[in-house]
Amino acid sequence: MDMRQTFVLSVNGDRHEVTCAADTTLLHVLRHDLDLKGTRFGCGMGLCGACFVLVDGHPTPSCDTPMWAAAGKTVVTVEGLADGAEPHPLQRAFLEEQAAQCAYCISGILISAAALLADRPHPDEPAVVAALDRNLCRCGAQPRIVRAVLRAATATATDDATDTVADDDTDADADADTDDADTDAHADADRRTGERTDQRAAL
Amino acid sequence: VTAERAATPRTAPAALPRALAANPRLSHWVSVAPDGMVTIRVGKVELGQGIVTALAQIAADELDVDLARIRMVPANTAEGPDEGLTAGSMSVADSGAAVRQVCAEVRALLVAEAVAALSLDPITVAVRDGVIDGFAAFAICGVDGDSRRSSTYGELAARVDLDRDATGAVQPKTAGELRVVGTSVPRLDLPDKIAGRPRFIHDLTLPGQLYGRVVRPPAPRATLVDVDTAAAAGPDVVSVVRDGDFLGIVATDEQAAEQAAAALSGAAHWHDGPPLPDEDDLPRYLRDGPTELVVVDESGTPDGAAEPVVRRLRASYGRPFLAHASMAPSCGVARWDDDAVNVWSHSQGVHALRRAIAAALGLDTDQVTVRHVDGAGAYGHNGADDAAFDAVLLARSVPGRPVHVRWSRQDELTWAPFGPAMAVDVEAGLDASGRVADWSYDVWSQGHAARPGYAGTPGLLAASHLARPVPADPPHAIDPPPVRGGGATRNATPLYAFPNRRIHGHRLLRTPLRASALRSLGAFMNVFAIESFMDELALAAGQDPLEFRLAHLTDPRAREVLEAAAKLGHWHERTAGDGASAGAEDSVGHGIGFARYKDRGAYCAVVAEVEAVHEVRIRRLAIAVDVGRVVNPDGVRNQIEGGAVQATSWTLKERVRFDRRQVTSADWESYPILRFSEVPHVDVRLLPRPDEPSVGAGEAAQGPTAAAIGNAVAAALGVRVRDLPLTTERVMSALDT
Repeated sequence: MDMRQTFVLSVNGDRHEVTCAADTTLLHVLRHDLDLKGTRFGCGMGLCGACFVLVDGHPTPSCDTPMWAAAGKTVVTVEGLADGAEPHPLQRAFLEEQAAQCAYCISGILISAAALLADRPHPDEPAVVAALDRNLCRCGAQPRIVRAVLRAATATATDDATDTVADDDTDADADADTDDADTDAHADADRRTGERTDQRAAL
Repeated sequence: VTAERAATPRTAPAALPRALAANPRLSHWVSVAPDGMVTIRVGKVELGQGIVTALAQIAADELDVDLARIRMVPANTAEGPDEGLTAGSMSVADSGAAVRQVCAEVRALLVAEAVAALSLDPITVAVRDGVIDGFAAFAICGVDGDSRRSSTYGELAARVDLDRDATGAVQPKTAGELRVVGTSVPRLDLPDKIAGRPRFIHDLTLPGQLYGRVVRPPAPRATLVDVDTAAAAGPDVVSVVRDGDFLGIVATDEQAAEQAAAALSGAAHWHDGPPLPDEDDLPRYLRDGPTELVVVDESGTPDGAAEPVVRRLRASYGRPFLAHASMAPSCGVARWDDDAVNVWSHSQGVHALRRAIAAALGLDTDQVTVRHVDGAGAYGHNGADDAAFDAVLLARSVPGRPVHVRWSRQDELTWAPFGPAMAVDVEAGLDASGRVADWSYDVWSQGHAARPGYAGTPGLLAASHLARPVPADPPHAIDPPPVRGGGATRNATPLYAFPNRRIHGHRLLRTPLRASALRSLGAFMNVFAIESFMDELALAAGQDPLEFRLAHLTDPRAREVLEAAAKLGHWHERTAGDGASAGAEDSVGHGIGFARYKDRGAYCAVVAEVEAVHEVRIRRLAIAVDVGRVVNPDGVRNQIEGGAVQATSWTLKERVRFDRRQVTSADWESYPILRFSEVPHVDVRLLPRPDEPSVGAGEAAQGPTAAAIGNAVAAALGVRVRDLPLTTERVMSALDT
């Protein structure tokens, strides 16, 4: 009783036709049919966030999304965040902050964070925490992860400031936001540098 | 960079570090390729803790090569040293010392070869990124350009035979000479993992790979009555395996494997095992025994206190079973080639797993090869070894084909070993000056060690389900010996100077649920109990908890770490509002907790700031830590932060749930862990100790964090909750009584 059907969907900008049972999960198709292993299996019940992908821009657990529901949708996985060889600003920030331990949860967290920044480029800390609250991390890297998302938002804010000047210099709110973020970022960088210098001196 | 010192041997060879003495052959650890790339093989494995990066830093410094020139090989049984388990916060201390000595000796051999081959004056030799540079011995010192000569590690490699034993005759660098050690080098493995590239064992795809699933019994020690294996049949199903109570399938596709396993599960009839204990009455179950007595300390007797006791306090504390609850379910891959089996595993000990598999199947160890592949975070003896053995059993039905087995979330939360439940009774007498005159401590627990090879058994889950189980009569979990920090009694000995003390462990000789090593073993419970009770004593003595501790501490490093945490956590500035005197509105509290891990490892002190209104929330943890010489400051911070956040989760939320038949906490709703919105701010201060030996950081924060939170909750509410976790329900119940 082969109930296989052919589904069409867009993954990371490419159109794919996949033939499978209608209740096959999107996660299975991503990992096995499309060989995109960056999306992780965590629980199979949509409760941990490890398998999050963007479906039409929304962070969605791919482990309990059947293909009949994913058909015709636009899917972005962690592999699709980078711009060619250029990592996503979030991925750069996660490396700069060393915001991981085992990193198994990170793919899904990057997806949640990317959706947040797309919707709200300059979130404050409570907004970041709220956006990541469906993602679990067992190693306890949450403090670093929140710092990394804020750092990425700051980096994006700097880019935006340049754009703003070039395209539209009347957006006072955005400028103010950017200034605040910059100040914070520099203070943070100073603090970290100082701290590490202390460590080196001590050693 | 200068080579003159390293080329000069020690006057007398030093004793080799333990791991090197066990694996003295230099070529097992290091090889140098003609292109100058250096390959380092260690027996320790990456668990998300960053050990591979830290060991690469040590190697780079001793060899005088850039980190980019070093390739770290994952541990495997086919090559490289056997360094036992990656556990107990011993990797930096043990493996680090070995790598340091090996690389110092390899460098000295390469430099000596360059000196001989190029007729260099040894005192002029310098090494920079594997390039050995110096002046010919006959030249006028340093002014004749023609006399300058150089070679590279790559050019010299073929002329230096590393197939020789370490001698201990070369002195590794001193703290002042280190360049890479002590810096926050980024983790080597994170770029792949953050980009989403295949890096985990879950991503492993070998040629011809099949997918296996095991159908576990519904309850511990349930037995399989009958099963209609035809129920699993299907076009994608390759084999159905039944051996006693072990039941599994192999399919060509992972989804087909899951569907077949579900069908098989529905066609299986099981007979329940003996009933489980009452989850709400575990302390009594543990105390009822039978138990084995472990005398930890009996210095003086409580009855013979030097100063008369004017006040006596006693209290009991408890913790439930805790789950590892890693983000990824356990996974293993195996392939049989004739009578040999190749295994891929995220085990903490590839050699121990190899021996266990061989013992379980009656093979010679050289018929089994185990290779480490990264898994998700490991916090102790989880299901990694069991999943590997599942793969071995299933793959036996399909010779030549690799079988990839991934557990379900339910299996992970119900079948991986748990950290055992524990109960503590503590009693102490205060003299007229408010000092502790005597101290009596009893801790009850199952053993904390049932790893592969412990107690002389394979210790593999499926081995106990076979028609001929190995072993036939599974022993109860044991405890590591005192020299390795003990298990249930780990950190049961306070660092405080108490004149009379009696400390006893009671190892339960029953196994209601499978228990084994979980991060910090008994230390989490013991430090929570000791440090909670210290606060209760301080309150009775009318003293500040910090001052009370300092009054009983002579070790200067212990005192400094406590004072540093107090400063970072604004202990002295906390309002007098803390505590029962605060009044109903003000429910903020500060608490402090301290321990030296295993009494010989890292010193760690934590100040917690909590608010307890409708529920307990941890606002901030301020942590001071002394791990001796720091190899990677950010790596240590990451371990301390992560340990503290995980311990916060254990302390506030976690409890393995079960009824009289089976474990019922089988998903993230029934076994909740800390969420982003519940995570405290964590500030870490590392105390500089460059001349002290490096010790591990991975387990230092667990106990002190729990104690600081418990003490802060007591300060905020004026009542003490002595049984973990500190749920709203428990806090409300304490307030009511």
